[in-house]
Amino acid sequence: MTVDHPAIRVRGLAKSYGTVEVLRGVDFDVARGSILALLGANGSGKTTTVRILATLLKADAGTAVVNGFDVGAQAAEVRESISLTGQFAAVDGVLSGRENLVLIARLRHLDDPGAVADGLLRRFSLTDAAARRVSTYSGGMRRRLDIAMSLVGRPAVIFLDEPTAGLDPEGRIEVWRAVEELVGGGVTVLLTTQYLDEAERLADRVAILREGRIVVNGTLDELRRLLPPATVEYVEKQPTLEEVFLAVVGRRA
Amino acid sequence: MTIGDTAVLTGRTLRHVTRSADTVITTAVTPIAMMLMFVFVFGGAIDTGPTRYIDYMLPGILLITIASGIAYTSLRLFTDLASGMFERFRSMPIARSGLLWAHVLTSLAANLISLVIVVGVALIIGFRSGADVLGWLAVTGILVLFTLASTWIAVIAGLTAKTVEGGSAFAYPLIFLPFLSSAFVPTASMPGPVRWFADNQPVTSIVDTIRDLFAEQPVGDDIRPALAWCAGILVVAHVLAMVVYRRKIA
Repeated sequence: MTVDHPAIRVRGLAKSYGTVEVLRGVDFDVARGSILALLGANGSGKTTTVRILATLLKADAGTAVVNGFDVGAQAAEVRESISLTGQFAAVDGVLSGRENLVLIARLRHLDDPGAVADGLLRRFSLTDAAARRVSTYSGGMRRRLDIAMSLVGRPAVIFLDEPTAGLDPEGRIEVWRAVEELVGGGVTVLLTTQYLDEAERLADRVAILREGRIVVNGTLDELRRLLPPATVEYVEKQPTLEEVFLAVVGRRA
Repeated sequence: MTIGDTAVLTGRTLRHVTRSADTVITTAVTPIAMMLMFVFVFGGAIDTGPTRYIDYMLPGILLITIASGIAYTSLRLFTDLASGMFERFRSMPIARSGLLWAHVLTSLAANLISLVIVVGVALIIGFRSGADVLGWLAVTGILVLFTLASTWIAVIAGLTAKTVEGGSAFAYPLIFLPFLSSAFVPTASMPGPVRWFADNQPVTSIVDTIRDLFAEQPVGDDIRPALAWCAGILVVAHVLAMVVYRRKIA
């Protein structure tokens, strides 16, 4: 395995549930250290793709290689290389934030689980809430903790499946900042989302999944060039409701 | 490695038990209330021969305690599945069997605590046993076996439940089963078909064995069907639970 190999390589991935074909030959690569946003409507197969790559689901056909390991034949090695943040923040509400992180660190057999937990709590601005039960956290805090838990043990590849679904605007921005934090660390991120602005803000490349196939895959600039060149128009810039909301509640994006 | 992971996961679920002490208390309160009612209200009308009624019925109450305790096991399992915690663990490099075993071991620990509370109350209201250490160990062994067997049933319920209520509803028939046995009333007083069912269902042989052990009587013919029922249910429920689990995660 050389460094040039993409961190994720997917070829001809197919999956059906009964007679419903969810994936009909999905192909894409994710380069090491980059963020790919997998964009698609509800039911377009985003979560199915992520679940196959995370070894939770078996594909009917096609190959998927994560960090150089085949998801079917080398599932154990793939699990060593990845972490998954699902659609619902998978945090233990009965435990405190710190205990959640220590739990994952111990399951990953790290040397000093407490120190790892404290470092991540600082990085995700959760130190003040560290000793509180997670059931008392806000939605944004739970997601931040969820992402922090995904970073324990420095996995090479992180799957973020709709990380901002169901969050209020403040929570979304909190999560976006957390994701931007990841990029500095050199990890590879596969992000699924149905929010266009989220993909625009976070991703190096965008792949659009429609009816079980990737219909477009490129950088944001490449995607923009798919449309006729921009014409210059003068329009009055009204603040968006989101900008108003954030100004009123006193936060800035 | 696998044992270490299972220990870490068991530590986590045990914390769920200790941090919601109400579940342990609720598990013990209903059987204690039943025990008080049977001993002080109905018990006088039930003829158990030379055996004092509290000594006669405590084994049945212990089985009811376990049957109500395992409802929380399937509840905790269901919550782990619904919250995505299970998926998180499954995408990590840890032994997948450890996930279920953590819940099973926690169920065992939580039920043992509840059983100790119930036996404590029984001692206060007059339960007495001359059984020696070996006798108590034998009773504990049978109760542990029964807990493991019924916990694996709870695992099936937790894995297949669609709702929180569904996850614990399976326990009601188990709680009811001791009433159709020799647990509270000698089966000789029951009409033919009921008596036939009572004599041949698992609870009767288990209850009779525990009662004999407490009374320092030879356990006689009851222990073999009692152990066979427990071991049989344990094996069948475990195999079924693993089939359901594999299908669920496939």
